[in-house]
Amino acid sequence: MAVCVAVIAKENYPLYIRSSPTENELKFHYMVHTSLDVVDEKISAMGKALVDQRELYLGLLYPTEDHKVYGYVTNSKVKFVMVVDSSNTALRDNEIRS
Amino acid sequence: MDAPEEPQPPVIYTMENKPIVTCAGDQNLFTSIYPTLSQQLPREPMEWRRSYGRAPKMIHLESNFVQFKEELLPKEGNKALLTFPFLHIYWTECCDTEVYKATVKDDLTKWQNILKAHSSVDWLIVVVENDAKKKNKTNILPRTSIVDKIRNDFCNKQSDRCVVLSDPLKDSSRTQESWNAFLTKLRTSLLMSFTKNLGKFEDDMRTLREKRTEPGWSFCDYFMVQEELAFVFEMLQQFEDALVQYDELDALFSQYVVNFGAGDGANWLTFFCEPVRSWNGLILRKPIDMEKRALIQRQEATLLDLRSYLFSRQCTLLLFLQRPWEVAQRALELLHSCVQELKLLEVSVPPGALDCWVFLSCLEVLQRIEGCCDRAQIDSNVAHTVGLWSYATEKLKSLGYLCGLVSEEGPNSEDLNRIVDLLAGLGAERPETANTAQSPYKKLKEALSSVEAFEKHYLDLSHAAIEMHTSVGRTRSARLVGKDLAEFYMRKKSPQKAEIYLQGALKSYLAEGWALPITHTRKQLAECQKHLGQTENYLQTSSLLASDHHLTEEERKHFCQEILSFASRQTDGTGQKIVLPLHCFAHLRDLHFTPSNAVVHVGGVLSVDITLCSQMPIPVRVEQIAINVHFSIEKNNYRKTAEWLTKHKTANGVITFPAETSPLPAAQNNLPALELYEMFERSPSDHSLNTTGIICKNVHMLLRRQESSTSLETPSGVALEDGAHVLKCSDVTLEPGPNRITFRTQAKEPGTYTLRQLCASVGPVWFVLPHLYPLVQYDVYSQEPQLHVAPLADGLLAGIPQKVKFTVTTGHYTVKNGDSLQLSNAEAMLILCHAENRAVIYSNTREKASDVLLRVQSSDRVTSVSLPAAPAYHMIEFELEVLSLPSAPVTGGESSTLGTTEPHRKHKDTHRAGHCMATTDHKVSIDCPWSIYSTVIALTFSVPFRTTHSLLSAGTRKYIQVCVQNLSELDFQLSDGDLVDHGCSADLQLVPLNAKCPQAIHSKQSVFFVWELLWAREPPPSLRCCFSVGFSPASEGQLSVPLKPYTYEFQVENFFTLYNVKAEILPPSGTEHCRTGSLCSLEVSITRLSDLLEVDKDEALTETDEYFSTKLMYEVVDNSSNWAVCGKSSGVISMPVAAQATHRVHMEVMPLFAGYLPLPDVRLFKYLPHHSAHSSQLDADSWIESDSLSLDKHLDDLPPGQVFNSSAGTQILVIPSKDDHVLEVSVT
Repeated sequence: MAVCVAVIAKENYPLYIRSSPTENELKFHYMVHTSLDVVDEKISAMGKALVDQRELYLGLLYPTEDHKVYGYVTNSKVKFVMVVDSSNTALRDNEIRS
Repeated sequence: MDAPEEPQPPVIYTMENKPIVTCAGDQNLFTSIYPTLSQQLPREPMEWRRSYGRAPKMIHLESNFVQFKEELLPKEGNKALLTFPFLHIYWTECCDTEVYKATVKDDLTKWQNILKAHSSVDWLIVVVENDAKKKNKTNILPRTSIVDKIRNDFCNKQSDRCVVLSDPLKDSSRTQESWNAFLTKLRTSLLMSFTKNLGKFEDDMRTLREKRTEPGWSFCDYFMVQEELAFVFEMLQQFEDALVQYDELDALFSQYVVNFGAGDGANWLTFFCEPVRSWNGLILRKPIDMEKRALIQRQEATLLDLRSYLFSRQCTLLLFLQRPWEVAQRALELLHSCVQELKLLEVSVPPGALDCWVFLSCLEVLQRIEGCCDRAQIDSNVAHTVGLWSYATEKLKSLGYLCGLVSEEGPNSEDLNRIVDLLAGLGAERPETANTAQSPYKKLKEALSSVEAFEKHYLDLSHAAIEMHTSVGRTRSARLVGKDLAEFYMRKKSPQKAEIYLQGALKSYLAEGWALPITHTRKQLAECQKHLGQTENYLQTSSLLASDHHLTEEERKHFCQEILSFASRQTDGTGQKIVLPLHCFAHLRDLHFTPSNAVVHVGGVLSVDITLCSQMPIPVRVEQIAINVHFSIEKNNYRKTAEWLTKHKTANGVITFPAETSPLPAAQNNLPALELYEMFERSPSDHSLNTTGIICKNVHMLLRRQESSTSLETPSGVALEDGAHVLKCSDVTLEPGPNRITFRTQAKEPGTYTLRQLCASVGPVWFVLPHLYPLVQYDVYSQEPQLHVAPLADGLLAGIPQKVKFTVTTGHYTVKNGDSLQLSNAEAMLILCHAENRAVIYSNTREKASDVLLRVQSSDRVTSVSLPAAPAYHMIEFELEVLSLPSAPVTGGESSTLGTTEPHRKHKDTHRAGHCMATTDHKVSIDCPWSIYSTVIALTFSVPFRTTHSLLSAGTRKYIQVCVQNLSELDFQLSDGDLVDHGCSADLQLVPLNAKCPQAIHSKQSVFFVWELLWAREPPPSLRCCFSVGFSPASEGQLSVPLKPYTYEFQVENFFTLYNVKAEILPPSGTEHCRTGSLCSLEVSITRLSDLLEVDKDEALTETDEYFSTKLMYEVVDNSSNWAVCGKSSGVISMPVAAQATHRVHMEVMPLFAGYLPLPDVRLFKYLPHHSAHSSQLDADSWIESDSLSLDKHLDDLPPGQVFNSSAGTQILVIPSKDDHVLEVSVT
C-alpha cells in the first residue's frame, strides 16, 4: 500500500502528511513537496482545458527510483498526494486511480 | 546498390533492408529493366489490408531483387523473415515458340518445381515484349500465343500470374500503360505475399508464445522470433508496428520479473539473475547493437544487456517516429524499473555499478536526443529531459560520496579500489563514441579520476539541472538539487557557497509551511552559519531550532546550549549586543494589568503581569526582561471616561496576544479581517455629538508590507527602541512553557503609556519583540482632593438625628495626622458628636485599608473633625449625625428666614401642592486642610409634619383645633401637646380637651388637638398662639439627644361671636308639612350678641347720636338646589350695634324635592359704604356700568368667628305634593 499520504492546501502548505515508515519521514516530506512542481504544472496545463471536464486525477506525477508519486486535485485546489513504493508491483498505475 | 548477380549475404541487418524478390529466367533482360523497375516500384503507394482487424495502411513498396537460387528458399522450420523471399519472378523475353519449347518451358518447369518443393506459391512470370525483336524474326507467332502457352502450361486457373510487359524501355503511352499494369500486379502480389506470410509467421509466433509456460521455453528464443517480425515491419517502414513488437516483448519480460517477484519463477529467468559484471550503459548510437543481440541470441545476455538492447531498439524506432521526448520519458522509466527489477530478482550488483550504469545511460539518452534535435527544440522541451539531468546528477553525487570524492581529504585506498573496480565494469569505450570528446564514458571516467574533476562535473550537472528546473518553473525541484549542492559544499568545507542554496531552500519551505523540511534545512543552515562565523544568524537559527518541536529533545537542548554558552562567553560586556527577534525564543501569550482597568493615579503602583511561553527546552536564566514604554500626554481626557475604558480594555484586564503564525504561511494569504468600529465623539460638557466616523482598528495589520512576513530570518528588521520609560524585571529564569512575569512600576507623570517593545536579554543576546500588538496602554492620572457629603438615607428629616456620610477623596493630597475638617456650625443644625465615630479608609480600588476612630470636637461655632492620616489616592469615609431643629424657637423672630414654620395658611397652600414636605436648607461651610477656600455644603432637611389650625364656635363658646399631619415615611410618637397664648390678655384661659398620654402618629396620618377658649372679661381681638408638641421616632427606643419639641405658631383674630343667624322654614299656613312645589316662608333672624366692641370700628360703622349701627348684607344661597328662592334673595340691613338687637327677614322659598332637606345657607357680609378705601381703587366707569361688580366689591367677609349660624345643620321634612302624580323613575 501507499507509504506516504499527504493532503496539501490550496496554498501548498501541508494539511496532513503521514508516512508509514516513520523513520524516513523527512524524505517523504521533501518528495511530496517536490512533487508539487509537477502538480502545479499539470494544473496550469489543465487550466487551459475546459474547466468542467477537468480530470481531477493527475496520475503519476513523479517517479523516482524507489517510489512513485500520484496526485489528485480537488476543484478547490486541495491536493492529495500518495507515494507508493516502486517495488510494490501489485499496484498498477490505473489501479491507483480507483 | 544490390547488384542482382552478386549473392547476398544471408542476413542483412541494415536500414537498407527491403523485402526480397528473386529473379529467375533471363538475367540480362532483368538487368536491363531493373533500373526502371526499382525506380518505379515505390512511386505509388498501395493500400495494405491487414488481418486481425488492423487498420489498412498505405505503404510504398521497395524490394531487393536477387537472383533466384534454391538456397534462398527457406527450409522447413526456418523462422527468419528478413531473408524470406516474398516473391519469385521469372523473366522471359521469348517470342519464339521453338525457343519456348526448347529451353524456356523446361527452365520454367524446373523453377516451378523448386518453388513447389518449398511450397512457395508467390510467384510471377513476366513476359517482356519487344517490337524490335519481333521485326527481326519473321517466323514469329503472334505475341499472345507465347503468353497463352505459358498461361496454359503453368498458370493453372491463375492466368494473372503471367504478366506482359511491353516495350519496357521505350517511351510511349503503350509502354507506360504496360508498366502501370505490371507494377500494380507486382505490388498486389507482394502485399498478398506479405499478408499471407506475415500472418502465418504471426500465428506461429503466437503459438510459440502460448507455450511459454512449458519448461523448455526460452524468452530469448521467443525474443528473436518476435524481433524478426519487428524487423520486417521496420523494413516496411511500419515503425509503429515494429515498436509494438518491442513493447510487447518489454511488457512480457516485465511481467515475468513481477511474477518472479511474486514467487512464480520461470527457469529461463534465473539466467538474468546472474551477478552484474558490466555496466557500460545504454548504447543508442547504432540502430542495432549486434553485440548485445548476439548475447541474447546465445542466451548469454544479462538483465541489463537485455534491457539495454530492447531500449536501444525502442529508441531507434521512436526517433524514426519523431518522438524524441518519449525517448526521454521512457528512458527515465526504464532506468527506474531496471533498478527495481535488479532488486526484485535479487541480482547482486557491486556498489556503485548501477549508479554508473544509470549515469551513463542518462547521458547517453540525452546526447542521443540532442543529436537528432536542434537547440531550440531542446530548449523548449527541457521539461522532458530535466528528469534525466537531475537523475544523472543524483547518481554522480552518490558515486562521489561512495568513492570518497566528496571530501577534503580525497579518496582513501579503499575508495580507490572501488573506483578501479567500477571503471573495470565499464570496459573499454565503444568505438562509436571513441571519437566523441564529451561521451558519457569519458565523462564518467574523468569524474571518477580525481576530486577536482568530480567537482567540476558534479557542479556542471547540478547547475544545469537547477537551471533547467528553474526554467520550466519547477522551483521546488531546483531547490532540492540546490540543497544537495549545499550539502556537497558543506562537505567540501565551503560553507559560504552552501549558504545561498540553503537560504533559498529554507525560504521556499517557509513560504509553503513545510515543517519538517524547514527544520532539516535550518539545521543544515545552522551548521553552515556556524562555520561561517555569522554569530547573529547562527544564534537566531539556533533559537529557532531550540524551539522547534520537530527536533528531538537532545537536539533542541544542544541548540539552546549553543545560545547560552555564547551568552556566557561574552559576559564581560565588551561584546556587542546581538538583537534577535523574540518569537523564536518565547511567545508573549497575554498581558494583565493590576488594576485591571490599567488606570492608575500618580504615585500609584501598577503591575503588569505577562505570560511568556518559553520555547526553549531547558530553563533559561534571563538577566533582564524589559518592556519599553512610550509616554505621551493626552490632551483630551476622553480616554479616561468610563466608556473608553470599558470599550478598550478587556473586562478582566487580560490582553491576549495572537499565537505566532510564523511556521505557517496561512496568515500570509489570509489577511486579517477588517475590524471596523463606529466612533462617536461627544462633547464632554453637553454630550452632544461632535464627530462620528468609522475607524479601522487594524490598519497597521492590513497595510503591512506583505514581504515582511517572509523575511523572518533576517534580523535586521528588529530595531531596538530607546525609550526613557522601561519596565524591568531582572534575573528571571524562564522555564519551558508559560512563565508569569510581573513588572511593578510606580506611576509618575500623568498621561498615557504605550507598551512598545518587549526585550529579554541573555548576556549580550537580546531577544526583542519589536511591536506589541494589540496595542497595550495604561493611563496615569492625577486627581484633586475632594470632599463629598451626602445623606445616608434618601432624604434628611428635620427634628431627629440624621446620618450624613462624608467622603474625602484624597487624590494627590496626603492626609497627615492633625489635618482636620472645620465645620462652621449652622445655628439650626447641630452636629452630634458621638464618642465612637469611626472612619474607614479605602484604597482607590475600594479595598478597605483601615478602620480608625474619628475624633470630633465641637465648640459653639466650629466643629472640628480630625481626619485620620491617609495616603494619597485613598478615600476616607465617615458618618456624622446631624440634627436640624424642627422649627425655630419662639424667641427667634428671624426664624422664618430658615423657613421652618408655616405662619400663614395661604403661604402653606401655595407651597404645598400635594404632600411634599417643607424643606430647610442648611449651609455648612467646611474648611479643608488642602485648600484655602471653604467648601460650602448645603444639606436639605424635610420637616416631617404639616400643621393646620382652625377655630371652632358653639354659640359664643370658642375652641381651637390643631391638626398635625405626618408626611414622612416614619412613625412618630407625639407627647405633651401644648398651646400657649403669647398675647397679653391674662384672663384668657386655654383649656385642653386632649388625652394626656403620648399619641402615636403613623406615616401619612393626622392627629388633632383641641383647646377651649375661656375668658372672663371682654375677649382680645386676636390671639397669638404657639403650639408645641414633643415627638420622637416611634421605632427608636432611646435617643442620644433630647429632642426639641415641634412648634407651630399661629394667630387667631376676631374670634368673638357678634351675630347669631337663625333661619326657619315654616310650612304654608294650614299645612303640617312643606310640600314640593308649594311656597313656604323662610324666616331669618339675625341677632347681635354684644355691644360695641373694638372690632366693630371700621368703615361700616355709622354713628348717629350715640347710636351705632352697621350695615350688613345677607344672602340666601342654596348651593344644593333644593330650594328655589322666590323674590329677593339678598338684602342690606342696618344692624344696630347693641346686644340682643335682632333683625328679621322674611322670604318665600319653594322646596324642589321631597325629603329631609337642609335649610338654605344664609350668609352675612359687612356692607361697606361707597367711599371706602377699596372703591377708590376702582375705575369710575366700570363702577357705573357693572352694578353687580360694584356690589361685590363693597362687601367684606365677616371673620368666621364673628357669625354663628345657630340653625346650621337643621333639616326640614318636605313631603311630595298630592297632585304630583308623575313619578319619575330613572333606572341606571
